[in-house]
Amino acid sequence: MNKVLLGLLLGAVLGAVDGGTAWFTPAVRTMMVGIVVGSTIKGLIAGVAAGIFARKVNSVPLGILFGLAVGFVLAFIVAYMQHGYYFEIILPGSIVGMIVGYATQKYGAGPAVTAATR
Amino acid sequence: MKFLSDKALERLRDVGETPDLTGTRYRLLERVARGGMGVVYAAEDEKLQRCVALKVLDVPGTNGDLANRLMREARVLARLEHPGIVPVHDVGTLAGGRVFYTMKFVAGQRLDKHIAAVNSVPDRLRLFLRICDAVGFAHARGVLHRDLKPANIMVGQFGEVLVMDWGLAKILRRDDSNRTQDSDPDATIFEKPSPASGGATEVSVITGHGTVMGTPGYMSPEQARGDVEHLDARSDIYSLGALLRFILSGQPEETASSRQPRLDKSLEAICAKSMAAGPGERYPNVQEMALDVSRYLDGLAVGAHQESVFEKAARFYRRYRFFILLIAAYLAMRVLILLFMHR
Repeated sequence: MNKVLLGLLLGAVLGAVDGGTAWFTPAVRTMMVGIVVGSTIKGLIAGVAAGIFARKVNSVPLGILFGLAVGFVLAFIVAYMQHGYYFEIILPGSIVGMIVGYATQKYGAGPAVTAATR
Repeated sequence: MKFLSDKALERLRDVGETPDLTGTRYRLLERVARGGMGVVYAAEDEKLQRCVALKVLDVPGTNGDLANRLMREARVLARLEHPGIVPVHDVGTLAGGRVFYTMKFVAGQRLDKHIAAVNSVPDRLRLFLRICDAVGFAHARGVLHRDLKPANIMVGQFGEVLVMDWGLAKILRRDDSNRTQDSDPDATIFEKPSPASGGATEVSVITGHGTVMGTPGYMSPEQARGDVEHLDARSDIYSLGALLRFILSGQPEETASSRQPRLDKSLEAICAKSMAAGPGERYPNVQEMALDVSRYLDGLAVGAHQESVFEKAARFYRRYRFFILLIAAYLAMRVLILLFMHR
């Protein structure tokens, strides 16, 4: 699977799972749909960014670092808009970014080599 | 009456053995090794100003069996142009009537010496795959090596792997479309270690079907029986299996199994399948064997071994260890946050 598609799918799945864990917090249970959709979109954006980065830079540590940074920034924006839950949103969001960054570097397939460049 | 010392005798033998390179473009540098048919020297090609390895017969004459065999070895090498097979440069007869050929001089170490410096199993397997590549190429050209062993593999200074000593090679066919045997397939050499020559080999028999040739521990059962007519690629696959076991354990095949370190089950299965007593039970070709080794390197299941559920799970964990740990860290952190929030 190519790196961007892998990032996209993994980011969406992990984002949805991450959002779904809000169900365990009764105070926000009424906003579940919004949280899951928002978290999925956040995961999608982080996944695509990590996938594009993995196509340009072939380095697992840099991929993890980039995923971490993107996850952190996106989660911070979400937490800032919520005016709270910084720790609960930023920490998991950053780890999801790391996971996607690692996976795109490690398991994503690079673009096919064309005959002309061989 | 005064007797000559062993040292003096040795020196005399060396002088008598030294080839006369008068009239050739080569200048002798030093003796490198002794093989089954003759001696290998390092020589300088004075025209091209490069070092070459010069293999020369012990005995003069161009019509003898040994001379024919050396010429045949040179021709076999000439038809095997591959980065993993030592290339032949020149062939001819010296002033003294001794047949010779020159080939690339490989500066490096024999595999049996080199392997101790390679610690990781994946690196050892990658090295083995390069040997498979060369042997597979030779098989595709209709040539069996028949004497694959650590002493016949050289690892160059830049990590290049070269399969050497094609003196026992058997030509199965002229080309892919013609599967008939070469006119000289059965003339074989029996090599056995000679303690007196410090592990060098000696030629004892040149004959046809029924002759035993090769190296104990590395030759297939059918080769050990002298069943020359029925040898095919699977005989070399047996030798590759023994070679793989040596590469992984660092110990020759004839060492007692109790003293050999335990191999991973999948690798053990690859060795066992390659070294099955019946050729039909072995890998059908080198590519299949190399594919199984590559699959092991990629963390995939190998065809030679039927895994249990636990082995599958362990392999899955080994393959995706870091990813699984990241997910576990994420879940653990999530649980901690929930616990923290509900206090």
